[in-house]
Amino acid sequence: MDSTSPSTSSRRRVLLTSAALGGSVLLISVRPAKAATVGDLASVVAAYAGGATVSAGKVKLQVSELVDNGNVVPITITVDSPMSAASHVKAIALFNEKNPQREVAKFVLGPHSGKATVSTRIRLATTQKLVAVAQMSDGSFWSGSADVIVTLAACIEGEV
Amino acid sequence: MARTLINAPSTALRGQVIEVRATIGHPMETGFRPGNSGELLPRNIIQRFSCRYNGVEVFNAELFSAISANPYIAFFVRAQDSGTLVLRWDGDNGFTQSESVALTVTG
Repeated sequence: MDSTSPSTSSRRRVLLTSAALGGSVLLISVRPAKAATVGDLASVVAAYAGGATVSAGKVKLQVSELVDNGNVVPITITVDSPMSAASHVKAIALFNEKNPQREVAKFVLGPHSGKATVSTRIRLATTQKLVAVAQMSDGSFWSGSADVIVTLAACIEGEV
Repeated sequence: MARTLINAPSTALRGQVIEVRATIGHPMETGFRPGNSGELLPRNIIQRFSCRYNGVEVFNAELFSAISANPYIAFFVRAQDSGTLVLRWDGDNGFTQSESVALTVTG
């Protein structure tokens, strides 16, 4: 019994150190990939507005709060605007907080649109916040946001 | 040629705002997903969607990897004159496709 205990303890030590090493190696390998030149949500929105102030309001995101399947998330963005030649929405951009890439889509509209509403289906990697920014014909920027809980994430599975 | 499904009214009153809904069959491979070999699969997405109404671009969209496979886009157009709506998709690897739908405007 006495002869076996040092060997088990050393084996345990080896296992522990290897586990610790493995853990640290994993951390190191994951970190840089995640931080690869992807800005945070606020800075991406600010860059899109090009220095102009982005006020909250006028933009509504219609998306279910609890999403079963992150691969297909229906979303409708509506902007409060008369859509006349004098006052209309020029562009709408949709951004996310935690996907590998901040941009989701950028739509260009005009007075021909008649109604400032667009719908699409998007992918969400995890539970996160979505922000839509609208650019008006007078040069002002308005934003709206939605928080979405995702149970099955997109982009985690390999090739089907 | 990818399959497309376009839903738009064939007739409208002048000044009426109509909804155009379009879907196209496309994998929209994100470029962030590993394949069986462990290597990342190359990105293959539709980058741009546009709608021209009698030659005038009335809507366009820049799409990114976060758009689902078989991208669906719905938008509105104000009916002005009879003519055609030309929907066009452009993507990676030289992907391009356009479809047109006729619109008759009365009143």
